Amino acid sequence: MKKTCLHPNHTAQGALMSPFGGFDMPISYEGIEAEHRAVRSAVGVFDVSHMGEVLITGPQATMFVNYIFTGDVAPLPAGKVVYGMMLNDNGGTVDDLLVYKRDDSEYFLVINASNIDKDVAWIKSHAARYDVTVDDQCDFWSELAIQGPLAEKTLKDVLGLDGSDLGFYTFKDLRSADGHPMVLSRTGYTGEDGFELYAPAPVIVSAWEKLMEAGVAPCGLGCRDTLRFEAGLPLYGDELTEEISPLEAGLGMFAKVDKEGFIGRDALVAQKADGVKRKVVGLEVEGRAIPRHGYDVLDMDGNKVGEITTGYHSITLDRNIAMALVDSRFAALDTPLQVQVRRKVFPAKVIKKRFYTPNYKK
Amino acid sequence: MTYYLPTHEYARVEGNIAYIGISRFAAEQLGNVVYVDMPEADDDVTAGEEFGAIESVKAASDLFSPVSGAVVEINEHLIDNPRLINEDPEANWIIKVEMNDPAELENLLSPEAYAEVCKAEKH
Repeated sequence: MKKTCLHPNHTAQGALMSPFGGFDMPISYEGIEAEHRAVRSAVGVFDVSHMGEVLITGPQATMFVNYIFTGDVAPLPAGKVVYGMMLNDNGGTVDDLLVYKRDDSEYFLVINASNIDKDVAWIKSHAARYDVTVDDQCDFWSELAIQGPLAEKTLKDVLGLDGSDLGFYTFKDLRSADGHPMVLSRTGYTGEDGFELYAPAPVIVSAWEKLMEAGVAPCGLGCRDTLRFEAGLPLYGDELTEEISPLEAGLGMFAKVDKEGFIGRDALVAQKADGVKRKVVGLEVEGRAIPRHGYDVLDMDGNKVGEITTGYHSITLDRNIAMALVDSRFAALDTPLQVQVRRKVFPAKVIKKRFYTPNYKK
Repeated sequence: MTYYLPTHEYARVEGNIAYIGISRFAAEQLGNVVYVDMPEADDDVTAGEEFGAIESVKAASDLFSPVSGAVVEINEHLIDNPRLINEDPEANWIIKVEMNDPAELENLLSPEAYAEVCKAEKH
């Protein structure tokens, strides 16, 4: 199993560790709920060094990224970050990712840990026809996510990094005092304001240790999942898979079908014309049982019409809520449904899947 | 006497009654308990089979019964306050079972043998 550069720190700090995406990762330190609340109310720091980075360079970089990616990077200014997907020919999702645009000839892609090998092979397999270089930089970069309403101040006070000039989904390249490259973006996966800092291991370890000394809450992947879920953000493997298209996931706004040919576009156009057969929706479930990934969603006659993709007892909202992939006929707001939890069924109703309104900085 | 399953349930035996709950090790591993899915009084439980589930923020874990018998009582305090299990998992048993085959206890782990299981899981 792979380890991040902060692995010794996590174990020394007594984190509960568990495998995720091929890495031995911290799930929690003090507890998922306390860490979740720290991010919502103040600030927390996550080791997200498991994420993968791929650099695309060359005269045809813009054309190539636009061919493999659902977003349109051509009109973006340098310094902009955009979220989107890579699709297969059927419109299913190979991965969801962030694309950082340095200029028309250089893009920095951030991909999911669990998909690194698959993605790198996928990207390289399509690169041959373009004048581009694909550089797998996963081993070079480590990454911290500093998230919460106090993130900007923490970055400044503890790490001496000024993020105040960064708008939401923008980034800048920096250099550490000892000469290492760093990338700082105003991005995250929590529904709060925050930053992500990419740098080589020595910089990340030093930054983590400074943040710990300053009393910033260490946060594990446990609350990363509860936080993103409340904000209605998808997790690859749950709401997006090789079989689920961005339209089905309710992420159509990130698939620019008006853009010239990209992989999966034809399938999306057909799905749009025919209407999607199933859709990711939000559900509120009555009673105490918690809907979990894979549980069956039933119509009022007890017929299976879908499955839960993610579900929790929401820490911020104190309700049992879920995202579920259901037959589109049952996707309208307020549709009554049921969820099978072990031996019992519980009433549920379709609600908006952005359960918590994010507090992003404009 | 208290007996354990390798899946971290205990049976504290008094006469032919077994109080069934989860071990302190399991409670610590789970973190805050948010829901306990319990059977109803008079339901039958079977040794080695699932009788309910315990849910932390992160996940649902099945509960397995160390013994066979009839549920004579469920711990109703856990309905409104599942976190009692975090405070004291041994005092806060989940179900009380009237055993129909006390010989089954011989298949369970002693406290010493169970401690070895926990030690192995920590590494």
